[in-house]
Amino acid sequence: MSAAPPSVSSAWAVELVGIDKRFGPVHANRDVTLRFAPASIHGLVGENGAGKSTLMSILYGFYEADGGEILVRGKQVNIRTPQDAIRLGIGMVHQHFMLVETFTVLENLLLGHEGGPVLGPAMARARAEVQALEQQFGLEVPLDALVSDLPVGVQQRVEILKALYRGAEVLILDEPTAVLSPPEVEQLFRILERLRQQGRTVLLITHKLKEIMAITDRVSVLRRGQVVAEFITAQTDRQALADAMVGRKTSLSVDKAPATPGPVLLSAQNVNVIDARGVTTLKDACLNVRAGEIVGIAGVAGNGQSELLEVLSGMCRFDSGTVTLKGDEIGPATKYDAADARRRGLAHVPEDRLKLAVIKEFPAHESAILGYHQDKGLSKGWRLDWKRVVAKTVSLMEQFDVRPGNPNLRTSLFSGGNQQKLVMAREMDREPDILLVGQPTRGVDIGAIAFIHRQLVSLRDRGKAILLVSAELDEILALSDRILVMCDGEIVGELSAAEANESRIGTMMAGIKDTPVPEAVAAEVSA
Amino acid sequence: MSAGAGSDNLPWWATGLLLPVVNVTLALLVSALVIFAIGEDPVGALGTMLRGAVGTGEGIGYTLYYATSLIFTALAVAIAFHGGLFNIGGEGQAYIGGLGVGLVCLALPGWPWWAALPLSVLGGAAFGAFWAAIPGWLQAYRGSHIVITTIMFNFIASSLMVYLMVNVLIKPGQMSPESETFSTSMFLPMMADMMAGIGIEMASSPLNFSLFLALLACVGVWAFIWHTRWGFALRATGANENAALYAGIDPRRVIVITMALSGALAGLLGVNELHGVQHRLMLNFPAGLGFTGIAVALMGRNHPAGIIPAALLFGALYQGGTELVFDYPTISRELVVVIQGVVILFAGALEHMFRPALVRLFSRRPAVAASKPAGA
Repeated sequence: MSAAPPSVSSAWAVELVGIDKRFGPVHANRDVTLRFAPASIHGLVGENGAGKSTLMSILYGFYEADGGEILVRGKQVNIRTPQDAIRLGIGMVHQHFMLVETFTVLENLLLGHEGGPVLGPAMARARAEVQALEQQFGLEVPLDALVSDLPVGVQQRVEILKALYRGAEVLILDEPTAVLSPPEVEQLFRILERLRQQGRTVLLITHKLKEIMAITDRVSVLRRGQVVAEFITAQTDRQALADAMVGRKTSLSVDKAPATPGPVLLSAQNVNVIDARGVTTLKDACLNVRAGEIVGIAGVAGNGQSELLEVLSGMCRFDSGTVTLKGDEIGPATKYDAADARRRGLAHVPEDRLKLAVIKEFPAHESAILGYHQDKGLSKGWRLDWKRVVAKTVSLMEQFDVRPGNPNLRTSLFSGGNQQKLVMAREMDREPDILLVGQPTRGVDIGAIAFIHRQLVSLRDRGKAILLVSAELDEILALSDRILVMCDGEIVGELSAAEANESRIGTMMAGIKDTPVPEAVAAEVSA
Repeated sequence: MSAGAGSDNLPWWATGLLLPVVNVTLALLVSALVIFAIGEDPVGALGTMLRGAVGTGEGIGYTLYYATSLIFTALAVAIAFHGGLFNIGGEGQAYIGGLGVGLVCLALPGWPWWAALPLSVLGGAAFGAFWAAIPGWLQAYRGSHIVITTIMFNFIASSLMVYLMVNVLIKPGQMSPESETFSTSMFLPMMADMMAGIGIEMASSPLNFSLFLALLACVGVWAFIWHTRWGFALRATGANENAALYAGIDPRRVIVITMALSGALAGLLGVNELHGVQHRLMLNFPAGLGFTGIAVALMGRNHPAGIIPAALLFGALYQGGTELVFDYPTISRELVVVIQGVVILFAGALEHMFRPALVRLFSRRPAVAASKPAGA
């Protein structure tokens, strides 16, 4: 199955004309008209809930629009299912990969296109075709490796290759860089440029304006379901885009005074975690977090940061070492769970919001007391006082501008950014002495990012200790007073805010140590 | 990113009333076809079932009596469901719970019923809880799947009861494996007698005081699941174990406790059947009501307010089926089981078959009103 030859009947690869979509009371897209040129990279930006994903889901056949029409190469089409979209040469690379982990790359590519009960000949044919595609687009992928053995960056290339193999002329990428390290992002961009050279159209959904500026030709801004602006990338800048997204002037940098660190509130000494498979996921972790400072942990996702947060927050046991929380020593045998941690004034905004921090099926007010349902103030005798819970949720929603401000709406119906604001509100509401924050702004829009950053800095200024884990170097650099870098389960180095810069952290993230070994870090910090 | 997200907003009455009615109607149609196929008059037969179930005072009494047992077993399934557990062991838990009820009653000769009742309830609940907590513990701490273990425990319960009734608890000097009769002073009052006491005449039936206990259990389960901290922890664990862990809830503990509660509710069936009606320990008294409870819970959407009407429907099917066999010599007991099975199939297992159609019907209306006439 090779790519269909692009017909030349229209100047546009894809046109969305007057698209309208409602989900009950939510008007997700209103009269959206967008045109994408062939051989171009078109950026799509907007706050959470602005309607980007809905629009792309309509183009890819997950949803049907209530009104409007879609034209592919000038011809009006009906896209009811993803199969329709694929047939029309539209491919999509999802934020969460749709790959069978226990299959090889080639088997994944073939999946759904076996063409008969016997796999042998189809495999051979596919191999030849895929190799030609790899050549054409400079996409290198080990075809016989198991997907589960590949790093995320390569898995993403498999997804792109899968779309191309199915004949995609138009490729939709939804937040493709969220899981990638900086070098992987560069590789991805080289691939996208190659695609453009070869006449394909790339639709790039992202929150990161830097990437929009770096790679796109044109960019459309969505706000509240409508297209509010369209720019030629070369003629605009990040500030203008940010303002258009939010609809008002925004500030991209974080204003903060120098930290005035107090006593150590949280520390870890030589903490090791060995998982069920016997792999050491956290190696001799040593760190100190003081009152009144933000300690940032940089690193590519999956290098022990999650384990570190889970150990410190009481969710996961550790095998050796000690954690000291406000002077109390906790060893591997000490009873210490998430409830104990909260009781001692440690709050935790976990990295994976949907998996841990909220319960999708629950109404927002129930998610808003998760972890705090034992609070005396929320109960009347034996029963939970729902009136008070709802009132509490309303006040949290007001303080953190959670939209829509409806405490009875199901949690899953809020956009990612608003769920995150609710979680931040819940965790910061009790004025914790120590706050662990993982990926505070993953999938969160610009307006909300600035807000969350300001809240974190203000918590720091009130003398609280904050440990920040983020895959966004910009975020680490903007917020942290000290930066630790993790690689392969180890803390490989420490930098002060002043000496840190992107390239230095980048090399450390890749596992190249240029500063002291962990023991020395610990000694230096606690001295 | 699933296509289903957000599109599933039916009004409550459509899921709560319309869908069950559609399902039950379809089940009755299929049943009518079966009756027609064996050469009987479907209208007459279904009419007899209906009259048998709700046409006479006695019929209503029996229907309510069956419904009482079904409420207990359905609540057991529902509470486990909210904890993310599929408890198929209601039958065995009811059986062992009944053992608890029987032992308590046998141990208190001469006690008045109102004094014996709290203890027999406790006995039934404790034995049922114990029997369900073992699979719960195995699931939580050893990873054995609850569906498999609870099914196995039904068999173990059944064998254990046969052993105990034949060898240990049998009344000396008799053939059938039944225990001594409880003291007459502790028999639970029959509904007909209670009604007579306040001047209302009611046909005699096995319906007894346990019905109030069942209704009380409904209120208790409702309050527990939706209005307590423990219920919150239970639902959180059921919806997302990782999030529960994050919230400082120990999912393993919750699983064991949830199963114990579930088993305790199933165990109360013994109060209705033994303390209320049979007045002795015997074999096979749960009679499949533990399994039917699963269908009742499914149809009642695991909510007490839905379980009560669903239990009434299935109670009516049991009672109506008995009348049908009585009146139609060509219709055997097995055919009644077929009819019940068809209802369970449509109302329970295939509960969601018509849901997509209904969703489409409902989502079309506002969409048509809102979108422009432009044809895409």
